[in-house]
This record gives sequence, C-alpha cells and structure tokens, in this order.
Amino acid sequence: MTFKPTRRSVLTGAAALAATPGLAIAQAPSSAQVVVIGGGFAGATCARYLHRAGVKVTLVEPSAQYISCPFSNAVLAGLRDLKDQTFTYDALAREGVAIARVEAAAIDRDARRVTLSDGATLAYDRLVLAPGIDLRFDALPGYDLAASEIFPHAWKAGAQTTLLRRQLEAMADGGTVVISAPANLFRCPPGPYERASLIAHYLKTTKPKSKLLILDAKDAFSKQSLFTAAWKELYGDMVEWVGLSAGGKVTEIAPGEKTFVTEFGKHRADVGNVIPPQRAGRIAVSSGIADQTGWCPIDPVTFEARQQPGVHVIGDAAIAGGMPKSAFAANAQAKACAQAVTLMLRGQAAPSPKLINTCYSLVAPDYGISVAGVYQPAKGLLTDVAGAGGVSMAKAPASVRAAEAGYAEAWFKTITHDVFG
Amino acid sequence: MATRAFKVIGVSAWVALSSMTGALAQTQAAPASGAAAPSQAFVASPPGATACLGCHGPEATALPSLARLSSADIEAALADYRDGKREPTLMNRIAKGFSPEESKAIADWLAAQAGSKP
Ligand SMILES: Cc1cc2nc3c(=O)[nH]c(=O)nc-3n(C[C@H](O)[C@H](O)[C@H](O)COP(=O)(O)OP(=O)(O)OC[C@H]3O[C@@H](n4cnc5c(N)ncnc54)[C@H](O)[C@@H]3O)c2cc1C
Repeated sequence: MTFKPTRRSVLTGAAALAATPGLAIAQAPSSAQVVVIGGGFAGATCARYLHRAGVKVTLVEPSAQYISCPFSNAVLAGLRDLKDQTFTYDALAREGVAIARVEAAAIDRDARRVTLSDGATLAYDRLVLAPGIDLRFDALPGYDLAASEIFPHAWKAGAQTTLLRRQLEAMADGGTVVISAPANLFRCPPGPYERASLIAHYLKTTKPKSKLLILDAKDAFSKQSLFTAAWKELYGDMVEWVGLSAGGKVTEIAPGEKTFVTEFGKHRADVGNVIPPQRAGRIAVSSGIADQTGWCPIDPVTFEARQQPGVHVIGDAAIAGGMPKSAFAANAQAKACAQAVTLMLRGQAAPSPKLINTCYSLVAPDYGISVAGVYQPAKGLLTDVAGAGGVSMAKAPASVRAAEAGYAEAWFKTITHDVFG
Repeated sequence: MATRAFKVIGVSAWVALSSMTGALAQTQAAPASGAAAPSQAFVASPPGATACLGCHGPEATALPSLARLSSADIEAALADYRDGKREPTLMNRIAKGFSPEESKAIADWLAAQAGSKP
C-alpha cells in the first residue's frame, strides 16, 4: 500500500496544499522525497527548514501537540503552567509541511520505505530519524511503567510532569523528596540538578522543614561546582547530593514501600522521582540503526548513521560526540542536517559544519547558570573546539545570575519560535 | 490561495525579511502563483551561522535581535568577545570557537538575512 496525499485522515490539509502544482518552488532539488520521523526540537526544525529549501518532506509525528521538556522543571516548582510548554504543528502545516499524524512502525532500509502504524508506507530518498529517547523500564529492578505512577520520571513532559507536581503539592512540610539520577549518557545532563534546585526553591518557600536527596549513579555532573555552591548559598542543608563512590547508585526501586535501594542502604521517599537509564527512541533500536549502546553513531558532517547511507540521525537519539543531548543541540543539528540533506539531494557535498550548544539552568527563578560549547568534526566525531565553551563564572554577582535567568527565558521563547512558531 | 500563501510567510517576520532579501537574491525565479519563496538562504549559510538563530530571533528579547545590526557591527562584537574586550557573558565562550574569517562570514550572512548593509 502506498501513502497518498488523498489520505486526509492522516495527512493534514497543508499536505494537500503542498501537493498543489501551483506552489512548486524554484530550485527544488528534483522530486526527491525526504521523510522525517519525530516532531520534537530536532525533527520539527529539520522538516521545516527542508521545506523552506524546497525539498519535498513529510514529517511523521503521532501527537498533535508537543510538550516541551525545557522549562518543565519550572512547572514542577509551580512557577509555570504546563500550557506554556505546549506547542502545535499548526505553523508548520500552514507553511506547507506535510504531516503524517501517525507513528512510524518500521523502516525498510533496502527498499527505502517507512511503514506507518496504520499500515500505509512512505517511500524516501533520504530519511531523517529524530525519535528522541526511550525510557528504559527494563534497566532498574522494580522500576517499570506501573512504578512510574508512584515515582514519576517526568523525563518526558506531560502527564508525568503534572503527576510529580501534584505529589509535591500534597507532601507535608518536613517530608523527603528523593531524586535518582542516571549514569551518562542521558537527556539533558544538567536537568536532574536544575530540577533539584527548583524543587528546593518550592520547598524552601512553602515547606521549609523538608529535605531533598539526590542519589546519583555518577561521581561528577554538569555545572557541578556552580550547582553545589548555589545550593549551599540558597538552600543551606536542604539539598544533599550523594555520588556513586559515596553509595549513591540506586540499584533497585521498591515502589510499594516507597523506597530507593542503593548499594549501601535504603531511602524512604515521601515523593520520589526516578530518572531512569535511557536509549534512543524505540524505532531507532528496532530498525537496527542504534548500536549496542542503544544510541545511533553518526557521521559528523552529514549526520548519516554509520553504515546506513541515506539515513540521517539528529537530536537525542544520535551519538553527537561532545554535544550534549539538549534541545539547543537538537535544533542546531537539525539545521545543519537540513543543509547537508538539501545539498546531497542536489548532488553536492555537505559542508563541514560548526555547531553550538548552550544550556541554561535555573537554580532559582532569578538565578541562572549556563554551559556552552562549539563543536566541529574531528576524527569522525563532533568534537569540542579547544579554547571555546565552558560554564558561567564562579562567584559572579547576583546581577549576572539574574541576567542569565533572563537569557534562559529569552532563549526558550526564541527557539520555540524557530521550531514551532 | 495566493492570499493564504502570503499569510503563511507573514507568520514569521524573520522569514518575511529573509525572503525579501538574501533568499530572493539566491532564488533564480520567483515561484508561480505569486507565493513568496520559502527562505532557502540557510542552504548557503556559513558554518555555525544557523545555530545563532536558536537565541537571536526576529525580535529582541533579553537577548538582542541581530535584525537591525550591520555585518560590521556583528563582526566587531564577535571580535571583542573573542579577544576578551567585552564584558564576558555567554558570547565570549562561543565567539572563541570561531576564527576571524569564520566570524566575518557569519556576520555577513546574519546581516544579509535581516536586510541590512554589510
Ligand atoms: C526536565 C528536562 C529539562 C530540559 N531542559 C532543557 C533546557 O533547558 N535546554 C535544552 O536545550 N534542553 C533541555 N532538555 C532536553 C531536551 O528536552 C531534549 O534534548 C530535546 O527534547 C531533544 O529533542 P529531540 O527532537 O531529539 O527529541 P524529542 O523532543 O523527544 O522529540 C521526539 C519526537 O519524536 C516522536 N517520535 C518518537 N518515536 C516516533 C515514531 N516511531 N514515529 C513518529 N514519531 C515518533 C515523539 O512523539 C516526539 O515528538 C530538557 C530535558 C528535560 C527532561
């Protein structure tokens, strides 16, 4: 069965618009078809820019709404509404990006065809895979889907975010919040610590006798010295971090007893947040594009998956060398990938890209810190450009921290406009 | 149809601006039916340039928009950040990742998108 634009149940009206001959675009690189799987920061950006370049592109995304993880930690702290995290694909559809509102079920790499969950197929000349992450419910004993209703992960924003927020609201003053953070690699390296900070802000302002314990499967984390100093300064003894060598690695979850089990002991939680180990989105694993690590190795110039010509991987699912799994990185990779794909379809070589990442974290509503990096291909990987990048200054005045908190919000506004606006 | 297509482009001032200047210059022929061309300018953008748009959008926020800056302004700012002559924010850490030539190419491209003179 072939996918036709007449399938209005699946394709939006804009897809039909895109198929109108009158809207043919100058310099369109032949009739080559690109399929993008996943409409997150990576995939939605890539589809939008490919369309702007005159490439025929179909975005495959089952959800009508996208709920953003960036700034969802502020929702947990009661500083923001989940509504303000929610975006639609309306602007993309209006611009003429064809959107298939279904899940991609399988990829036939030899036939260059994607099978959708409704049985339809989409042929492609080039495929962009951007499915984000899968949370591993098989990696931490006791932590399965059912357990995530007791100890939410809230690592994909939406109902899980709301659930964790409700639990925090319901907790009595003097309670203990426990967060377990995974080993590398995972989505948003500073995310667990921003989350701890903003929950501590909520506790300090509403339930000051409470405690927050972070159990960590590693000994070092992103922006560690800045976070640690800020916790002391802002939250005193409320926040405690236990790293791997101090016995912080969680080995089992006992949701019935509301307990986190570590190598050295047990910790009862009034509210528990388990950030479990992760891997690339399921379709990347089931189609054999992810390697044994669970993530997709890529060529740093074309973003093509290793040994998979014609399949490009961007965003959290990719192994992007020194680049962290962030929305900023996903958006930057998506634009470089759209450039590479467009040129390759025209029979030209993709240029060697340079990429940038910036991740802001809020330690309190008016206290922001950041990490930045610049990357370029070296020895087959996206590698940090020496001498560039780094974290915010230690011991900066409050005005600098407040300015960075403002930049964080400005970044969110601008990037979501670039992707969905 | 034409009205609709016009509105589509109108949703983003950035797109509108770029399709009026850089993109249109690169597009060989105006598309049929009076629809404005989507912005293809990024296809010819120099390394690193499109990543800037993650923070610097069509409108100023707490982060400046580059839309009203000339190529020379952007290039000078990047040089000052790179050489540590401007109060360090975040841009000093990013500017150090680009050579003077790369920075100039980015400045030229960004200014062209907004329609200002190099
Ligand atoms: C708490 C938290 C805070 C964060 N804060 C920041 C921050 O401040 N700054 C920052 O830069 N990053 C932040 N991040 C990281 C950021 O959310 C991710 O890096 C980003 O979402 C990655 O984008 P992506 O497009 O790769 O994946 P996603 O955004 O997850 O998008 C993947 C999309 O693919 C779709 N999909 C999956 N499988 C299929 C399939 N088979 N068929 C069709 N569609 C499919 C999904 O529905 C989804 O829409 C944060 C993350 C968390 C958890």
